[in-house]
Amino acid sequence: MTVTGWLQIILYCAIIVALTKPLGWYMTRVFNGEKTFLSPVLRPVEAGIYWVSGVDEKREQHWLTYTVAMLLFHVGGFLIIYGVMRLQAVLPFNPARQGAVAEDLSFNTAISFITNTNWQNYGGESTLSYLVQMLGLTHQNFLSAATGIALAVALIRGFSRASMRTVGNFWVDVTRCTLYVLLPICVVYTLFLIWQGIPQTLGPYVEATTLEGAKQTIAVGPVASQVAIKMLGTNGGGFFNANAAHPFENPTALSNFVQMLSIFVLGAALTNVFGRMVGNQRQGWAILAVMGVLFIAGVAVCYWAEAQGTSTLQALGLTGGNMEGKEVRFGIAASSLFAVITTAASCGAVNAMHDSFTALGGMIPLINIELGEIIVGGVGAGMYGMLLFVILAIFVAGLMVGRTPEYVGKKIEAREVKMAMLAILILPLMILGWSAVAVVLPSAVASMNNAGPHGFSEVLYAYSSQTGNNGSAFAGLTGNTPFYNISGGVAMFVGRFLMIVPAMAIAGSLAAKKSIPPSAGTFPTTGGLFVGLVVGVILIIGGLTFFPALALGPIVEHLAMNAGQVF
Amino acid sequence: MLREIRPAIVLLLVLTAITGLAYPLAMTGIAGAIFPAQAQGSLIEKDGKVIGSALIGQEFKDNKYFHGRPSATLAPDPNDSTKTVPAPYNAANSGGSNLGPTSKALADRLKEDVDKLKAENPNAAVPVDLVTTSASGLDPDISPEAAQFQVPRVAKARNISEDQLKQLVAANTQGRLLGLLGEPRVNVLALNLALDRASAK
Repeated sequence: MTVTGWLQIILYCAIIVALTKPLGWYMTRVFNGEKTFLSPVLRPVEAGIYWVSGVDEKREQHWLTYTVAMLLFHVGGFLIIYGVMRLQAVLPFNPARQGAVAEDLSFNTAISFITNTNWQNYGGESTLSYLVQMLGLTHQNFLSAATGIALAVALIRGFSRASMRTVGNFWVDVTRCTLYVLLPICVVYTLFLIWQGIPQTLGPYVEATTLEGAKQTIAVGPVASQVAIKMLGTNGGGFFNANAAHPFENPTALSNFVQMLSIFVLGAALTNVFGRMVGNQRQGWAILAVMGVLFIAGVAVCYWAEAQGTSTLQALGLTGGNMEGKEVRFGIAASSLFAVITTAASCGAVNAMHDSFTALGGMIPLINIELGEIIVGGVGAGMYGMLLFVILAIFVAGLMVGRTPEYVGKKIEAREVKMAMLAILILPLMILGWSAVAVVLPSAVASMNNAGPHGFSEVLYAYSSQTGNNGSAFAGLTGNTPFYNISGGVAMFVGRFLMIVPAMAIAGSLAAKKSIPPSAGTFPTTGGLFVGLVVGVILIIGGLTFFPALALGPIVEHLAMNAGQVF
Repeated sequence: MLREIRPAIVLLLVLTAITGLAYPLAMTGIAGAIFPAQAQGSLIEKDGKVIGSALIGQEFKDNKYFHGRPSATLAPDPNDSTKTVPAPYNAANSGGSNLGPTSKALADRLKEDVDKLKAENPNAAVPVDLVTTSASGLDPDISPEAAQFQVPRVAKARNISEDQLKQLVAANTQGRLLGLLGEPRVNVLALNLALDRASAK
């Protein structure tokens, strides 16, 4: 570890904290339907969209209607992606003449993009046409992100409203999020990325003759416009197979730094939106503090482990850390930081290959995902995931003192706690369940790229990442087989939507409750005790659930590595 | 609930058209106008022919050139399309080795490469980036140490003084941005082009 490395990390955290408040202020205005500085330009577009699609923006929805609207929206999104992938050979914008994508891979990819997972069983430049990248993937990058944010805002409204039947209008929330938040940032961001060197062209792949006279085909495409939303919307699905490690997706140290900022910025700002909507910004800061504690701990372990290198490297006298699967321009510090950010959020973009991380360095991304990606988390998804843990923590605190727990003026009762538990149990069910199936199927075991405990880690990571809607991978695993495509598709679908429905049920039940003013007996939820309690609950639940599986994968691998064993 | 069907279809189509077509196509148009070189992929031409991209690494094997990092990229096997064969610096199929810390294959490969480099230059420590594959397989850069390590070999092959080469490496070394972000590095293609120009004089 170096001083410059740590300075990069500190600078990163400082900028995120600095952006949280202004962006939270802006987003609160957007979701409250107030005027913003972009309204003169965008308001006519917005009104026109409601007019053609028959949306009455004044009419709010019950939580169930809101959820059904969201689900219907995704049926269409699925069909669009699946359709353009299957038909890409006969559709335009296909200069590399990619053939139709297979049924199971199209299924997996379509689920992957509507659930904001962006798992890559496809290899972008070798499988997909430009049309699929734009119409299929870029569009769902926007809409799945907008959906996540809309759902988080609906849950926040549950806390902030009293005695109401509705939680907002899904169509309005998605449209406003896309038009006022995501698109304007992406336009500026795309231009920045192109300036840094990311291609943005519809031209064919370039045929070059290298200095030594060899032929090199260089894949290009409309990359920058997709990379911008891929990061901002915590989607993470790469234009290229190597994702943000590819020099065309992440050419410089500066593009890397800004990409890392853009993964966290909206998720962090949502904590401030929460604080503002419930009438006390300190409630938001307390949640950001919980996230911050877990984040810094993860960065410290991952950076330390990668800087140490592996015993294989040390035995050969190679110093400078574990550079296998990392790019020189990022080095150890920025690669470790990126890995922790991308898994703390549900982004899943990678600028280094997690499969080649040291055992402990690679365990941190795995743990981040298995904790439910609530450390800032996916845009929206992180916020509602964290609020589920807050409900549990408040419940535990209530049990300790024998008093009905309350949070930001709402009583937390049996229904909320049951729903929160239901949502949280989905994670182990899908992750551990599918991993267990995969390791007893010989055909699934054959997909492993590494032998020994690392092979098990690859499978565990695959289902963690898909259930958690992350999308990063221990990418050595050959995931493009019918078994992994279909089981992964199920894991992504269940991991996304079975988490959302209970969260929305909580939103509806909270919105209907009366608001009670704090009294002397109310547990204060803006202080260090609250932060410590929530961190503790997260670690205990995550630890009890996943420690046995982690012991069989990264932990035993670390011990084997120190004993000089290879597989 | 039925009245949610129309927005589910129409709103989806409208937003898809905006974000999936209008936005990327507009950005492509603007990019072509204000950043044409970057938008095309930062291509480098020599005598009117494209020799590569400034951002994409390419394979160098000749002793008279500085070499990049090992690359783990693959290509379809010409004899059997269901299999793949190694194809270093294949810029149409990026990827890393994905070998983990306890991989025997990785340990064997590292040992072999380290031994080879030690034989080439016994006087310096082998830089770690020169024996590890990059994440993309297309890393255009090596560390300044990795460039310095190769100076004796290139000097011998070109019959140039080592001091001149060291200066060339120093001139082609990029530092950290603002002294903070990223790592010091040398773009291998840029260095080799400069080398060719220096030798031609």
